[in-house]
Amino acid sequence: MTAVAELMDYAEVIERFDPVLGLEVHVELNTKTKMFCGCANEFGGEPNTKTCPTCLGLPGSLPVVNGKAVEGAIRIGLSLNCEIAQWCRFARKNYFYPDMPKNFQTSQYDEPIAFDGYLDVTLDDGEVVRVEIERAHMEEDTGKSLHVGGATGRIHGAEHSLLDYNRAGVPLIEIVTKPITGTGARAPEVARAYVTALRDLLRAIGVSDVRMDQGSVRCDANISLMAKDAEEFGTRTETKNVNSLRSVERAVRYEMTRQAAILADGGSIRQETRHFQEADGTTAAGRAKETAEDYRYFPEPDLVPIAPSREWVEQLRATLPEMPWERRKRIQQEWKLSDEALRDLLNVGAVDLVAATVEAGATPDEARGWWVNTLAQEANAREVELAELPITPAQVAEVITLVTSGELTNKLAKEVVQGVLAGEGSPREVVEKRGLKVVSDDSALLAAVDEALAAQPDIADKIRGGKVAAAGAIVGAVMKATKGQADAKRVRELIIERVGS
Amino acid sequence: MSELVKLTAAELAAKIHAREVSAVEVAQAHLDRIAAVDDHVHAFLHVDTEGALGAAKAVDEKLAAGEQPASPLAGVPLALKDVLTTEGVPTTCGSRTLEGWIPPYDATVTRKLREAGVVILGKTNMDEFAMGSSTENSAFGPTHNPWDHARIPGGSGGGSSASIAAFEAALAIGTDTGGSIRQPGSVTGTVGVKPTYGGVSRYGLVAFSSSLDQAGPCARTVLDAALLHEVIAGYDVMDSTSIDAPVPPVVAAAREGANADLKGVRVGVVKEFGGDGYQPGVLRSFEAAVEQLRALGAEVVEVSCPHFTYALPAYYLIAPSEASSNLARFDAMRYGLRVADDGSHSAEEVMSLTREKGFGAEVKRRIMLGTYALSSGYYDAYYGSAQKVRTLITRDFTTAFEKVDVLVSPTTPTTAFKLGERVDDPMAMYLADLCTIPSNLAGNAAMSVPSGLSGDDGLPVGLQIMAPALADDRLYRVGAAYEAARDAAAGGPLVHQVPELGGTK
Repeated sequence: MTAVAELMDYAEVIERFDPVLGLEVHVELNTKTKMFCGCANEFGGEPNTKTCPTCLGLPGSLPVVNGKAVEGAIRIGLSLNCEIAQWCRFARKNYFYPDMPKNFQTSQYDEPIAFDGYLDVTLDDGEVVRVEIERAHMEEDTGKSLHVGGATGRIHGAEHSLLDYNRAGVPLIEIVTKPITGTGARAPEVARAYVTALRDLLRAIGVSDVRMDQGSVRCDANISLMAKDAEEFGTRTETKNVNSLRSVERAVRYEMTRQAAILADGGSIRQETRHFQEADGTTAAGRAKETAEDYRYFPEPDLVPIAPSREWVEQLRATLPEMPWERRKRIQQEWKLSDEALRDLLNVGAVDLVAATVEAGATPDEARGWWVNTLAQEANAREVELAELPITPAQVAEVITLVTSGELTNKLAKEVVQGVLAGEGSPREVVEKRGLKVVSDDSALLAAVDEALAAQPDIADKIRGGKVAAAGAIVGAVMKATKGQADAKRVRELIIERVGS
Repeated sequence: MSELVKLTAAELAAKIHAREVSAVEVAQAHLDRIAAVDDHVHAFLHVDTEGALGAAKAVDEKLAAGEQPASPLAGVPLALKDVLTTEGVPTTCGSRTLEGWIPPYDATVTRKLREAGVVILGKTNMDEFAMGSSTENSAFGPTHNPWDHARIPGGSGGGSSASIAAFEAALAIGTDTGGSIRQPGSVTGTVGVKPTYGGVSRYGLVAFSSSLDQAGPCARTVLDAALLHEVIAGYDVMDSTSIDAPVPPVVAAAREGANADLKGVRVGVVKEFGGDGYQPGVLRSFEAAVEQLRALGAEVVEVSCPHFTYALPAYYLIAPSEASSNLARFDAMRYGLRVADDGSHSAEEVMSLTREKGFGAEVKRRIMLGTYALSSGYYDAYYGSAQKVRTLITRDFTTAFEKVDVLVSPTTPTTAFKLGERVDDPMAMYLADLCTIPSNLAGNAAMSVPSGLSGDDGLPVGLQIMAPALADDRLYRVGAAYEAARDAAAGGPLVHQVPELGGTK
């Protein structure tokens, strides 16, 4: 085991160094078939069942480009404000690894399909940072290795390894930023906000399932530090295995404090691949490389160049859906939100959920109330993303409808939501099962009112004598008798009615 | 020897389709011939007796049921180069690394042959992964030239050409990356055609150099080659580099050529291919062939293709570069040879030790050449420059074809050399493809057709005809006219002069 790394206090890091970030995000497209063959592009399944001669790299097999994947790549490029290449080619990236069937990855090298774009990223306090995009290129995913035996689950120390090629050949788009500089203390936050914005964008254009937990979005973070007076970038490390938004932020922050401690101590940073460790938020060195990897890129001779016509590109541009930032602006206007209210909404990741709830029939204010308050607290307590709570926008809308129609009080509605979250079924099912319905049946209420009036004839007389305020005591008695399920307003009306008759 | 094996593919097909002879009898005659002579020739790596007889029987049954033959070649026996995958039948590429591998799928060429009712007799010997000009690089021992067992049958497709020269098969499939169909055709006195790149699907052709590899027909006559060409050619969605255009009318061109003169056809003699390094007997045969073309009415002019002399060095950068990547997949992880997997070696070590053991010297030489040429810092000087030369060669062809309809040259500078003669001299071996390589680099169509025997040693010489991309039919028209005239003057096909086999090898 390696010794625990020395870390520098974060404030001191920022005082002495400027961080430089470079983020590489791999996105698995959700096309029906793989990048170069007709096999199903689906997550999981029995190992090695979604394979054919091409994605297994069998001798003699050849790739054929998936047109839908090219379309997805162009749509991503356009959403990121990129230029779309008039003409580009695939290239082979040569290196040996058992999860790569051909021992080369069919990728793109110096001729990416999209290049020179940007993405504006909004931080928690509303500050907007422009992240420049270097390129977005097409490539194929590798298979998956499962290393058996050994402590770390990595190949080093494993007794043997199992290979599943179901993922081999899944279409990937790699999106690479230009170096992100000048973000100072906010670098970790910028990194997270960038990946978040990218995820929202990819979801909006519908090209990917964007499930970080299933690896359909994967982030590699290149991090280096430069001393305050330095002119050139420092040596960078590349941290892999960063599999959640929170991890992106943690990984960047950790690397900054680790590298700063080494540099302050007069040491130098080794250019290497590091692995993020979810459990303790640290990064660990990969196997040291003696020499830089030479991938011997050359144009893929098995594929013809891709020359997307301008007509097609413009057609794709014209059919892009509303971008998340445009949508946010529209929603702010439509829902009449203050900047602060919008930020709250964004910070808890509730925009889509509220919109879907509104779509299902709720008013924006009601929907926002539930998601930003009650449910956000719940998500926080459970340490999950808001969207991961086991309740749907339609269910929230249903609860809101029940309150509006008077079938539930706010207090009961909260109980219903708890029931839904506990897996007891739909809101109506929870109402039934828990017997939470507001008693709105007048005959049942009348019986309770009559009983209460009979039990307290003096109060009945007071009301009859014009002291309407005295009705409160009767209301309380009825509410008690109905275990709080009666609509107090209706109860009061019935009491006045009864006494007067 | 059954007289059936002496017949051309067209003649066999006519007899089978007329039900004068059964496809099973024809297949059996060839299997018997293989049993009788292949110990001496060693054209085959695998003979699929059961599969061949089964396919022949199916053809006979369909004909007996009154069905039309599936193609003009239904029932004709063929030898398939062992670089094309065959479902359920071993495919080794002449390499230890693939020994025992049974592909789970058919190459498109294989599928088309099966669908056409062509009877696949077995898989033919070749230089390992199609790298070589003599079949001496086969891991399973060389093929012997039927004209002289002490000599090479050419390569890499020596097994395919030798099998038809030895009358073991009526037809064969070869693949041509730098001359591997044409040079063996030349030195065995048979016809070999490299179609336009993209004319025949490469799906299932185990890649040596993807941008150069092209499968094509080997036959004893130009017409037979044309018939086979039409069976295997055509657009294939499984190969992105295949051409989505109609197959050139090669059979019609061959039939027309055999019965016509060459009036109005402009023939260019490539000035750069001759002189030092060419055997006098080869040059005399070539000159006689050019005279024959002129006698047929062709207008013959000399054409300069100045960059052709750079073709060989450019080829030896491009082909090994692509090969170094294509052959990376042979790593013991999924199929083929695996050595040192005894629990004491890592996956990386098993890969390395397997490749050390599984590949022969020439394959390793080319992997190293290619790896070096693609390395960072060397790429521009080597691979990059070679690609520029490739463009210049293509321009030479374009310019030449503005003036002439076809170009001609000797197919290879020498007749069949002796086994072992060039094994230790790679440069001498590489020169065998001097004249054939330009057409691979430019992707145009080219043919080798027998031009007689060399006065030096009595061995076959080939005439190379080159045509523009997608004008494959011109090869057949000129080739067939020349063949008819030459055979008439010589009193019969050259290949009938092959010595009777059966001596010691």
